[in-house]
Amino acid sequence: MAQHMRKGAKEQALTANRLIDGVVVYLKADGTLSESLQDAEVAEGKEAAEALLARATPFVENNEIIEPYLFEVEKADGAIRAVSVRETIRQAGPTVRLDLGKQAELSGVHG
Amino acid sequence: MKLIKNGNFVEQDFVAVGADDALPDGAVIVPLERWETERDSLVTRNTPIGVKLESGQHPERIRDDLDHLSVVALDFPIYRNGRAYSYARLLRDRYGYEGEVRAVGNVLQDQFYFMVRCGFDALEVQDKITPEVFEQSVGAFTYAYQAAADDRPTVMSLRQRLAARAGEARAAQ
Amino acid sequence: MYRYDEFDHSLVKERVEQFRGQVARRLAGDITEDEFKPIRLMNGLYLQLHAYMLRVAVPYGTLSSKQLRKLAEIARKYDRGYGHFTTRQNLQYNWPALKDVPAILDELASVEMHCIQTSGNCIRNVTSDQYAGAAKDEVEDPRIISEVIRQWSTFHPEFSFLPRKFKIAVSATEEDRAAIKVHDIGIQVVRNDKGEIGYQIYVGGGLGRTPMIGKKIGDFVPKADLLAYLEAVMRVYNMNGRRDNLYKSRIKILVHEIGAEEMQRQVEKEFAEIRKTGALNLPQDELDRIEAYFADPAFEALSDDANDLDAAIAADQGFAHWVTNNTAAHKKPGYAIVNISLKPIGGTPGDCSADQMDVVAGLAEKYSFDELRVTHEQNLTLAHVRKGNLKAVYDALKAADLATANVNLITDQIACPGLDYCNLANARSIPIAQEISNRFADMERQHDIGELKINTSGCINACGHHHVGHIGILGVDKKGVEYYQVTLGGSADENTAIGDILGPAFTEQDLPNAIEKIVKIYLDTRQDGERFIDTYRRVGIQPFKENVYEAH
Ligand code: SF4
Repeated sequence: MAQHMRKGAKEQALTANRLIDGVVVYLKADGTLSESLQDAEVAEGKEAAEALLARATPFVENNEIIEPYLFEVEKADGAIRAVSVRETIRQAGPTVRLDLGKQAELSGVHG
Repeated sequence: MKLIKNGNFVEQDFVAVGADDALPDGAVIVPLERWETERDSLVTRNTPIGVKLESGQHPERIRDDLDHLSVVALDFPIYRNGRAYSYARLLRDRYGYEGEVRAVGNVLQDQFYFMVRCGFDALEVQDKITPEVFEQSVGAFTYAYQAAADDRPTVMSLRQRLAARAGEARAAQ
Repeated sequence: MYRYDEFDHSLVKERVEQFRGQVARRLAGDITEDEFKPIRLMNGLYLQLHAYMLRVAVPYGTLSSKQLRKLAEIARKYDRGYGHFTTRQNLQYNWPALKDVPAILDELASVEMHCIQTSGNCIRNVTSDQYAGAAKDEVEDPRIISEVIRQWSTFHPEFSFLPRKFKIAVSATEEDRAAIKVHDIGIQVVRNDKGEIGYQIYVGGGLGRTPMIGKKIGDFVPKADLLAYLEAVMRVYNMNGRRDNLYKSRIKILVHEIGAEEMQRQVEKEFAEIRKTGALNLPQDELDRIEAYFADPAFEALSDDANDLDAAIAADQGFAHWVTNNTAAHKKPGYAIVNISLKPIGGTPGDCSADQMDVVAGLAEKYSFDELRVTHEQNLTLAHVRKGNLKAVYDALKAADLATANVNLITDQIACPGLDYCNLANARSIPIAQEISNRFADMERQHDIGELKINTSGCINACGHHHVGHIGILGVDKKGVEYYQVTLGGSADENTAIGDILGPAFTEQDLPNAIEKIVKIYLDTRQDGERFIDTYRRVGIQPFKENVYEAH
């Protein structure tokens, strides 16, 4: 999992896949899951990130999500952006099928 | 840890000892190295003896000793490491070993079927394994395509039998 | 083609039931993901970037019309209306839900299909020549022995936990369309002086991090002994293959470390022992039984003169291009092999919509004895089409956007899913293929360039076979940015070669220009009738190195 984290990343969000259908989800501040990165809680600094990661454990134990991990984001103009190409694609859908994935289903997805 | 022998859950009968452990009375399973160095004294104990082979210890090394051994324990250090399946087949098919071949280590439920087919007749399994789970796992498939160390008929031979029967039926008409 | 009997059906059904129980236990929380993961992988179910991915086995690439229709139906009902054909001749669904997978497997089982051994460290789906049964110089239909191997390897108790995944490919013609020398085992069907059929065995080929070309260790394994020989190879590998390092665990590393001669010696020794027992001797009646499934369909006695066809070719330039490029000679007069390109200009290599699947299924049913093939180059093949029907087939394909006349040309690219779908990817593959395709869209230009294979992988796992592309492209990640390394001179045919690295990697923006330059250097350098690969073999990498990087 750690391969997606960058050392010294300032802001991070937590993502995982939903067990039942595999859909990408993000952990929200209110303790629920959302399909949109825009709803994600953003942890600043190492301690907050670790606490965020720890909050995924109950979801794993409840068999709601699998493979949770942290990844780097940045906030700009009130939106949350993934820093890596990988996570950008993950929160949107395939760049070669703009009719599929979250980019087709949700608003606030960034390219 | 539970022990299943020929499909029955039984009490532990052998004590597995390490390289430097004192030898208790009664039946023991010793590491290969210990067997190789202490072979002469071990055989005079007049109690059943087993040898445990780690992954990477080829059973060729005990081939000439098999008459002395009641058990050969084959270790699965992790379920993904499948070397011991081949070791078991060599012991059974090639060396004609008729004593107990025991699977020890990371022995998972979804592998029982494969193990039994390769000639393991004893499995050391996790405590959560029940007779139902064992039956279900070993009986996952009614037919087997390939010949292995068990005496299940292969699909090929079943087909031949069917064809022969059909031939006889035709001839009788 | 092969049809299941009660035994085959029983095994697949029991497997589906087993997995249904396992999925139920997982969803109920009775087993953890750690316990479930190896189980789902054994059933071809991966977790990818956006969702799960289900890989369906297409044994040796042969499908019936009915099976393809079922694949279309599943794509509509449980997925997003399309599937992706892979370099392993399999089909992948990109969006299935875990809860639906048992139902999908039921549907597959109803048409004699499954996802068994499409993942995990076991013997994977056997691949073969898409021209099987139609090629002119074929020794015998390679699918006969492929089917024998499929059965022998299914749930093999000894070889289900190998050091690493294991791939076998079979070819029965001199021209190798199955890339047998880049497989763990490559089997070449041959005939000896006495007219008997036997097998040459290559071991230790493979791509990935350490690409290697297979070494021949068996010259002529008699037909009845093939399984005994394969079991010997597998046993030597299972016992001696490295398990300490994921990247050194393929059989190619074992062969490389101990040498082909030592490998051969060990295999021969094991083979002699296994053969003695007779347990794996292949009975002739079983071979006959399977062979009967692959007997020639009811070909009509036709002549090769096709005046109608000539007229149609003269009247339609597009059709003319398509016939030249996408059809191949058939062993029977009056018939042709039709290749259906899944590489429309600017499209995703290997993707096929459910509607397109239905069109192809219909064409196979009407014009090609009810069956078709998936090729390792991610195209489809109708193996037996009457020449008189070519125009009708072309027209129907064209209406479904399936008549791109580019087979073996520069836009007929292999590309893995890459970072658009794949969890392991470093970089995207598909957009690269698309951009190159758009640049070289002009048909006249493609024909002028001639045979040129560009293969792209999104990471070192090499699912896109970049090492054996005439031009290979490998996506790498440099600090979160996608870069692309280029190799030249690879080849997957009977003269297998691993490509040489051109030089520093390119950015996504620079790569298409670099490809254009490479092509231009070839065009400027080629001599009469030389294909790209011929020119490359003659002049080597130097002229390319010198000119591609030079500033303009
Ligand atoms: S080559 Fe890499 S990126 Fe491409 S499909 Fe294979 S694992 Fe994924």
